Amino acid sequence: MNAARKVLAWEVRNLVRSRWVIGYGLLFGVLTDALFRFGGEGDRVVVSLLNLVLLAVPLVSAVFGTLYLYTAREFVELLLAQPVGRKPLFAGLYAGLVLPLAGAFLLGTGIPFLAHLGPAALVRGAAPLLLLTGVLLTLVFGAVAFVVATHFEDRAKGLGAALVAWLAAAILYDGLVLLATVLLARWPLERPLLALMALNPVDLGRVLVLLQVDAAALLGYTGAVFRRTLGAPWGTAAAATALLLWVAGPLALGWRGFRRKDF
Amino acid sequence: MTAPVLRLETGGAPGPAPAGARLEVAGLRKRFGRLEVLQGVDLTLAPGRVTALVGPNGAGKSTLVKSVLGLVRPDEGVIRLDGVPLGEDPAPRGAIGYMPQLPRFPENLTGAEVLDLLRGLRGAGVAMDEALLDRFRLRDHLGKPVRALSGGTRQKLNAAIAFLFQPRLLILDEPTAGLDPAASAVLKDRIRELQGQGRTILLSSHVMSELEDLAQDLVVLIEGRVRHHGPVRELVQRTGLHGLERAVAALLEGTRP
Repeated sequence: MNAARKVLAWEVRNLVRSRWVIGYGLLFGVLTDALFRFGGEGDRVVVSLLNLVLLAVPLVSAVFGTLYLYTAREFVELLLAQPVGRKPLFAGLYAGLVLPLAGAFLLGTGIPFLAHLGPAALVRGAAPLLLLTGVLLTLVFGAVAFVVATHFEDRAKGLGAALVAWLAAAILYDGLVLLATVLLARWPLERPLLALMALNPVDLGRVLVLLQVDAAALLGYTGAVFRRTLGAPWGTAAAATALLLWVAGPLALGWRGFRRKDF
Repeated sequence: MTAPVLRLETGGAPGPAPAGARLEVAGLRKRFGRLEVLQGVDLTLAPGRVTALVGPNGAGKSTLVKSVLGLVRPDEGVIRLDGVPLGEDPAPRGAIGYMPQLPRFPENLTGAEVLDLLRGLRGAGVAMDEALLDRFRLRDHLGKPVRALSGGTRQKLNAAIAFLFQPRLLILDEPTAGLDPAASAVLKDRIRELQGQGRTILLSSHVMSELEDLAQDLVVLIEGRVRHHGPVRELVQRTGLHGLERAVAALLEGTRP
């Protein structure tokens, strides 16, 4: 995997100089710092940041990732014309895309926590789970960007598909589940709802963080069922495991698309 | 203030020029959906010759070139380089240099970083031919980010990369597009030098005067089939028209056999 490391190093060097990635990190930095300055405490800041993380991280990872891959297409073709296999190239490209994005998020969000609460805030309570959720969502939606960019030849269609994937996961899904619950109110739905929740990484991220704080009202319908059925410790473990599986799924699909793609 | 002149960390000395590679394409077919872009292409490129690849838009030229480079997977047929099939194993592609028509390098890297990446992918000790870096006076620009380079300088970098690793088969797609006359002349001279050393060169261009100037052989691809494969002069003589441009136009329009 020497070639993968070289591609990864190139892409990281390219993206850490990108004003978009720098701006993304700064956005989280400024907002997190502002929440602390306006009187927030640890968990309250986490809860306030959570919705931004659940909306912005998937959106930026999917849309920025998709646009980046379309822009890099000619260079990827040049790399594929070198004596390099598709597998190391894919590994390098994927890691090179998600690591700078995850790093910008981690630094932007983590540094204000460190500055205001000290190192303990990054190992205890809900803040580390918020950071973990942001990183895992970056990995998931970065992989979604690969699925989209390898499936759609047309850049506009690809961008549309990335936006639809984000919209479905971040906004529409919970609403549709709630609607289905209302319509099927006479049926025992708790177990199907648990399964349904595992089908949405954004919901899993929300539950992963909120199980650590006393904010049951923010859990959403599926989250509330999750907490009642599994309890906090098992719920946290189950949500984290499901989110990790969510990284593997789109990543496998992205690799399949990249391996078969005619450039 | 001028940027510092950069020297690449050369992996290996240029060494003796390698011989050209024989490229054989047999029964190549490729379909995209309902459209069969390549319909059984057969051709052989001999070392020491420049072969021009021409055809109307959509004739399958890009698909043919991308099949050789491993960017497109053919449905049928085989491509061999010196008898070795080009398939899943990327190693034989180390013998190929490729200059795409549109150079899009990562905007935030410097030219030197782009060259370093490509050299790294080729492995330590790879022999390098830096002649074009010097002749294009590119070293002055290698320390600048790609986004700060003009279109012409990017095209020079693109050309230098294609020639950098002493390719035995060189594939050039519209190589002089975007180059000023001086740079274009430098590139043409370098193509002739490599041809003189016995390398195999495939040149795709819409500029017939350029092909007439550089190429000895001509492949005309129409609707995914090879309609002519032979010496440039032969087509001109066969059509009885003056110049390659008219001869190829007549062939494309079907007014000459």
